[in-house]
Amino acid sequence: MSSISREWLIKRILLVAAMVVVLGLAMVVYFMAKESLPAFREAGPANLFSATWSPRDGRYGMLVFLVGTLTTAAGGLLLGTPLALSLALFLTQVAPRRSRALFSRGVEILAGIPSIVLGWLGFTMLVPWIRKLSGSSGSGILAASIILAVMVIPTITAISKDALEAVPASYAQASLAVGATRWQTTWRVLLPAARPGILAAVILGLGRAVGETMAVAMVIGPASVFPTSLTTPTHTLTTKILMEMGESTGVQRSSLFAMGLVLLLLAMALVLLVRRVSGGPFKYGVVE
Amino acid sequence: MSVISFVSGKVRGRRPGSVGAEGAAPSQNKRAGAESEAIPGEGAKFRLRDVSLRYGNRPVLEGITMDIPERRITAVIGPSGCGKSSFLRCLNRMNDLVEGCRLEGLVLLDGEDIYAREYDVTALRRRVGMVFQRPNPFPKTVYENVAFGPRIFGIKDRETLDGIVELSLKRAALWEEVKDKLREPALALSGGQQQRLCIARVLAVEPEVILLDEPCSALDPIATQRIEDLLAELKENYTIVIVTHNMQQAARVSDYTAFFLIESQGEPGRLVEFGDTATIFTAPADPRTERYITGRFG
Repeated sequence: MSSISREWLIKRILLVAAMVVVLGLAMVVYFMAKESLPAFREAGPANLFSATWSPRDGRYGMLVFLVGTLTTAAGGLLLGTPLALSLALFLTQVAPRRSRALFSRGVEILAGIPSIVLGWLGFTMLVPWIRKLSGSSGSGILAASIILAVMVIPTITAISKDALEAVPASYAQASLAVGATRWQTTWRVLLPAARPGILAAVILGLGRAVGETMAVAMVIGPASVFPTSLTTPTHTLTTKILMEMGESTGVQRSSLFAMGLVLLLLAMALVLLVRRVSGGPFKYGVVE
Repeated sequence: MSVISFVSGKVRGRRPGSVGAEGAAPSQNKRAGAESEAIPGEGAKFRLRDVSLRYGNRPVLEGITMDIPERRITAVIGPSGCGKSSFLRCLNRMNDLVEGCRLEGLVLLDGEDIYAREYDVTALRRRVGMVFQRPNPFPKTVYENVAFGPRIFGIKDRETLDGIVELSLKRAALWEEVKDKLREPALALSGGQQQRLCIARVLAVEPEVILLDEPCSALDPIATQRIEDLLAELKENYTIVIVTHNMQQAARVSDYTAFFLIESQGEPGRLVEFGDTATIFTAPADPRTERYITGRFG
């Protein structure tokens, strides 16, 4: 085969591969939109975004689940971010070289724990423990937030660590050279300079928390109403889809697709937000 | 490697008994410069006695003994890799940040051993400011860059800070150019302006000594000229030590010149000759100095 035709072939193969990926993504969006269309047409947006889920009465409101998704994700971030950030700071600033590798491996392994395992631990240990402490059923937003925190910590730690390491050493040198302490340098120079990367880390963590299904499903409820406290059952968008998918038809089934579409749009919005806050590839305005 | 890992190198000072008395009585030291290293008619800001520096197993400097005169500009010249920058970093203990770094000998600032165990490094760095090879302003506004040091030292009052920022920028000959841009990002300034901003940032904490590590190597000739003019003004009030690759610059700006040289690869850098700049450049005592300044090597 001549080299020119080989070049041509390689280009074609890569082009086809790229098209398949793009087409696949487009089809996901297309099918989600198409399948949720009956729900929007027959039930209407007002019904879909109401707070009442009662298919028998023709009520397909997803507000409870949307709120469940947002609160559990927010709770997970609230608990996970400070820990993850502290860990990233420890790894980049404090840990001696040798233990740095050890802790990094530990974080990576934490990222590799299957979500069903975390869900199982949550179901068998965390929920009973919360039940004993609070006197309520135990499952709910608190339990889900704790599980989600464990799940987002590796993501946030790894990306914040990269962001902190990407801050030019000259910044810290300048700060130390005017007599700042390590802590002052970390707090006033390093963290602000790494902020875009850290924000991106938190948003990616949020993405993971919003999309997580199995582990949350095992500790969240179930109940299709607003919870009365952090320790009473409710649902998220993902867990609701999971519970209903087997036995729904018609508009009810279509409304599940609508929930999926909302999740999809939420995820897309987060990705755009990441690009916005981090300005594409991390930039720190370094003078070269 | 994240250079800023705060795993400090073990920089330990040793205080030989013979010179200990010197460190203990700083007031007598000013005039007691009767040793051969002292420059006649000049008070010494820094006194170095037999200073050696190693990074791990690699010797970087050896046997450096010299006095750095107060309120004068001392230039440090020499070929690449002769330890000029490492020498400079001995004076504000920035070498502490290099893992495996060890210093032996005595470095006295106003008669005080700055490597003594109980010596406060942050206070030292406040007194001995440093300007780096590349302008390295923080990714903050012009104002916040200059106010950084004072804020670190606990000044919160708005008016006081405004005053310090203005005064420091004026001293750094930058005020006229940036007085309407104080709230703009420092990184939007030109390279030369950024370097003067870094000088202003150092001046804002009222240092006594300013160390400059090839401050003009990333600048064009006009920006370089402005920095050199600025140094000439600053020496009225500050002791200045400048490392430079550029011998014309050393000849133009400095009062005293130290010539460092590394004999061969793997050897530590040594101080070959130190004296007033005119003598070093016109009638050097050491043939190696002459070879270097006439451009025969390096």
